Amino acid sequence: MNVLAALPHPVFAGFTGAFEFIFSKQESSVTGGKKVGGIEQVLELAWTQTYVSLLALALAFVIAVPVGLYFGHRGTGELLAVGIGNAGRAVPELALIAFIAAIIGVGIPVLTIALAVLGIPPILTNTFVGVRQADRSAVTAARGVGMTEFEILRKVELPMAVPGIMTGVRGSTVNIVATATIAPLVGVVTLGDFILGENVYGTNGVLAGAICTAILALLFEFALAGLQRRLTSKGLRLQAQ
Amino acid sequence: MTSLAATPLAAVGEVGKGFIHERTGETLPCQARPNHLFCWDWATENIHRYGTPTLQQFELTVISVLIGFAIAFVLALLARRFRLLQWPLLAGTGILFAIPSVAFFLLLLPITGRGRETAIIALSAYTLQIIYRNVMQGLANVPESAKQAARGMGLTDRQILWKVELPLAIPEIIGGLRIATVSTVAIATLAVFAHAGGLGTQIYSEANLTFPTAIILAGGIAMLMALAFDVVFLTVQRFATPWRRVEAV
Amino acid sequence: MPAAEATEQSQGGASSVSYQGATKRYDDASAPAVDHLDLEVEAGEICVLVGPSGCGKTTSMRMVNRTVELTEGDILVGGESVKRKDGPRLRREIGYVIQQIGLFPHRTIAQNIATVPQLLGWDKDRIRARTAELLELVGIDPELSDRYPAQLSGGQQQRIGVARALAADPPVMLMDEPFGAIDPINRERLQNEFLRLQADIRKTILFVTHDIDEAIKMGDRIAIMHEHGKVEQYATPAEILMAPANEFVEDFVGADRALKRLSLMRVRDINLWKAPLARAGRPTSEVRAELDRPDVEVPYALLVDDRERPRGWLTARDLAGDTVPATADAPLGPVLETGDVMRDALADLLQGESMYAPVTDHNGAVVGILSVEIISEFLGSPEAKTDEHAAVERPRD
Repeated sequence: MNVLAALPHPVFAGFTGAFEFIFSKQESSVTGGKKVGGIEQVLELAWTQTYVSLLALALAFVIAVPVGLYFGHRGTGELLAVGIGNAGRAVPELALIAFIAAIIGVGIPVLTIALAVLGIPPILTNTFVGVRQADRSAVTAARGVGMTEFEILRKVELPMAVPGIMTGVRGSTVNIVATATIAPLVGVVTLGDFILGENVYGTNGVLAGAICTAILALLFEFALAGLQRRLTSKGLRLQAQ
Repeated sequence: MTSLAATPLAAVGEVGKGFIHERTGETLPCQARPNHLFCWDWATENIHRYGTPTLQQFELTVISVLIGFAIAFVLALLARRFRLLQWPLLAGTGILFAIPSVAFFLLLLPITGRGRETAIIALSAYTLQIIYRNVMQGLANVPESAKQAARGMGLTDRQILWKVELPLAIPEIIGGLRIATVSTVAIATLAVFAHAGGLGTQIYSEANLTFPTAIILAGGIAMLMALAFDVVFLTVQRFATPWRRVEAV
Repeated sequence: MPAAEATEQSQGGASSVSYQGATKRYDDASAPAVDHLDLEVEAGEICVLVGPSGCGKTTSMRMVNRTVELTEGDILVGGESVKRKDGPRLRREIGYVIQQIGLFPHRTIAQNIATVPQLLGWDKDRIRARTAELLELVGIDPELSDRYPAQLSGGQQQRIGVARALAADPPVMLMDEPFGAIDPINRERLQNEFLRLQADIRKTILFVTHDIDEAIKMGDRIAIMHEHGKVEQYATPAEILMAPANEFVEDFVGADRALKRLSLMRVRDINLWKAPLARAGRPTSEVRAELDRPDVEVPYALLVDDRERPRGWLTARDLAGDTVPATADAPLGPVLETGDVMRDALADLLQGESMYAPVTDHNGAVVGILSVEIISEFLGSPEAKTDEHAAVERPRD
C-alpha cells in the first residue's frame, strides 16, 4: 500500500492508513490491547452485510413481485402501487432503523424485516409498471390462443415484466445495502461498524469502512446489472435497440 | 461477533431513566414507562429543538438537488450531442448512485473532511443518476415527427432543443426532480454522519436513539417535508404542461 | 389556364425548382440514393414524385430544403442555388408538410401556425392576422386556435399542418406523403380541399407519394422514379396513362389504366342523364308522362325544392295521388357535384349502393343524373382508350 503513500498529493496520502487498516490489524486505544481491522474482520463484516442484505432482498422479492404481478395483471390498484413506491422513497432510513431498534428490539430478524420494508416499494412499483407496459396486443393474442389467465401471467406478462422487475430489484438493493450500513444500530455488525465506531477504529477505520462499503455496494450493482442483462429475453433486447 | 464499537446502543439500559423537563426539572410521566411510543408532553415541550435541524435538512436537500440538476442537465445535453457519451455517463452516474451515502460522506473524509460541503457533494452525486436518466428519457420521448417538422421549418438545432425538445421533456424532467428531491430529503437524515446537521441529529444522539418520540418526530418531519416537495413538484408540473391537461379527441 | 390569372391569384408568388445533376450518396451505401437527378418543376405546379419505396423520391424532395444535404450537383429554387443560404434560413422560405404531421403537442394551434413567422420576427398583429387568414383558408373554425393538437381530429391536424407550412407564404412547398396517415374517406376529402386551395394559392409544390392514384389525382406533372432517383417518365398524368414511356411505368401505373383515367375527369366532363324533376304540388300525371319520354333514362323522378335542390326519389307510391307529395318515399342517397373527380363519384355511387345519383352545381341545384351505366359506357368506349383523349386538360376548379 506504500504505492499510494508515494503519490505526491496529500489526498492520496489520506487513504494509505485506511488501506493499511484493511489489510493488517491495528492497535486500538479503547479495546484494551485487542487489535482491530485486518482482512479477516473486514471479510467477516462484509459477509454479515451481504448476508442480511440478500436475506432482506429475498424477503422483499417474494412479497413484492407476486403482489405487483397480481395488480398489474388485473390492471387495478395503480394508485396504491405507485403510491407505495413514492411513499417508500420518503422513508428516512435512519429514522426507520432507530425506530425499530427502540420499539421492537435488535438482531438479524428485526433488521431483515426493516430492510425488506425499504426494499419492497421499488420492486412492487416496477413490477406493476412492467406488467402494465407489457405489450397489450400480446396479452390479447395469448387470450385468443386459449391460454388461461395464469398462463398469460406466467408465459407472457412475466417475461415482458422482467426488465421492470430487475430495475426494481436494483433500486431496492441500493436501498437495502445502504441501510445495512447503519445496521450496527440494531446490533448487527456490518461494515458500517467501522464507520460508526470512530472511537474504536480510528479515522483510518472509518475511511476503511467507507471504502469497503462502497466496494460491496458496487459489487452488488454490477452483479445485478449482469443478471438483468442475462434475464432479459433476447427478443426484448433486440426490440429496445 | 459483537460490536466492538461503543455504539449508542449502549444507551439502551438508560431508557427507563426518563427525560427531565427542561424548566421544572420534573421527570415527564410518559418517560417512566419504557417503550412508550409517543410522548406528547415531551414533543410539545421540545418541538423547538427541531427548527434548526429542519432548516438544515431543507437546505441540504435544496442545494444538493440544485447542484445535481445543474450537472445532470448539462451531462444530458452533452450525451444528446455526443451519443458516444451516453453509456459511460449512465454507468458513471449509476456508480455514484449505488454508493451508500454514509460511505460516500466518509470517503470524502481525506478530501473535504466533515461538514456541510461533504454532505452536499455526496447528496448531489446521488441525485445525478435519477435526474440524468429522466432528462434523457424525456428527450427520447419527444415525437420524432415534431423534431423532423421543426427542422424542416427552419429551426436551428439550438431552437429545436429549447423550443421543442426540452418543453416536451418537462414532464419527465420534473418527474426526475421529484424523485430526486423526495429521496434526498430522506437520505439527508444521514448527513449527521458527515457532521452536517439535519434531522438526523435528533435521532443519532445518545439520548434520542432509544427514545421513540424523538425518532418519530424527526422521521415525521422529514416525511412531511418530502410530501410537501412532492406536492410542489406535482403542482409545478401541472401548470408547466397545460397541453397535457386537455382531453384528447 | 392563363398564366396571368394564376399570378393575380397568388399571394407570395411561386418559384420554379430546378434539379441539376442532384446527387446524394450516403457514406455507408455503395450506390447513391439519388444519382444525377435533372428535373424542372415549373412555378405554380404540383409535381408529384412517385415510385416504389426506396426509389429515392423522399431523398430527392428533402434535398430541396437541405434536410438532406446534396453530395453533388445543385438545386435552384427561383433560380438561386439552395447552397447559398444556410439550412435553417433556406427552410423558413420553403413550406414543409410530413406524413406524421409533426404538430408541436405543447403549442396551441395558433402557436403552431405562428412558428415560422415568429422565427422570421414578424410582429404580433401581423402574426395574428395571418393565423386567422390561414385558419379560414384551410377551413378550420378560428375558435379552435387556442386548442392543443391532441384536441383535434386527424383530418383537422393535417389541415393545421398545411396552414403551418403556408404561414410565411413560401413560394415552394414540400409535401411528404401528406395524406398517407389519413383514412381513405377523409383522405379523399383532404385531397379535394387541397386542390381547391392550390387553385387559389398556386404554389410550386413537390409532392411525394407511393400511391399512383394519388399522384394522378394531385399532380400537374408526375415524375415516376425507379431506383436511385432515376426518372422513368416525367409528364402530365394524362400522358402517363395514355403513353407509358416504358414497361416499368406501364407496370407501375397498373393494368387498370382506363379506370385510373377517371381520376383525370370531373363529373361535368361527361354527358349526364336528364333529370326528371318534380316540385311538391305538381300534378303527378305530368311527372308520369315525363318519365315515359324516351330521352329520360331514370325510372324515378327526383323531388326538388323551390331552388331545385334534391330532396328525395319519388316512388310509384308517391305518384299514386293527384299531386306530388312534400316528402319522398325513397331516401336521396349520394349527391354529387359537377366539380367532383369521376373516380370519387364512382366510389360514392358504389359505396351508396345506388345505380345513379343527382349531380348538383355549386348552388346545390340539380343539373343532371350520373349513373354507373354512364361510367361503364365511357370506360368501354374507344374514346377512353385512344390517345386523342389525352388532349383533355387536367380539370380545375
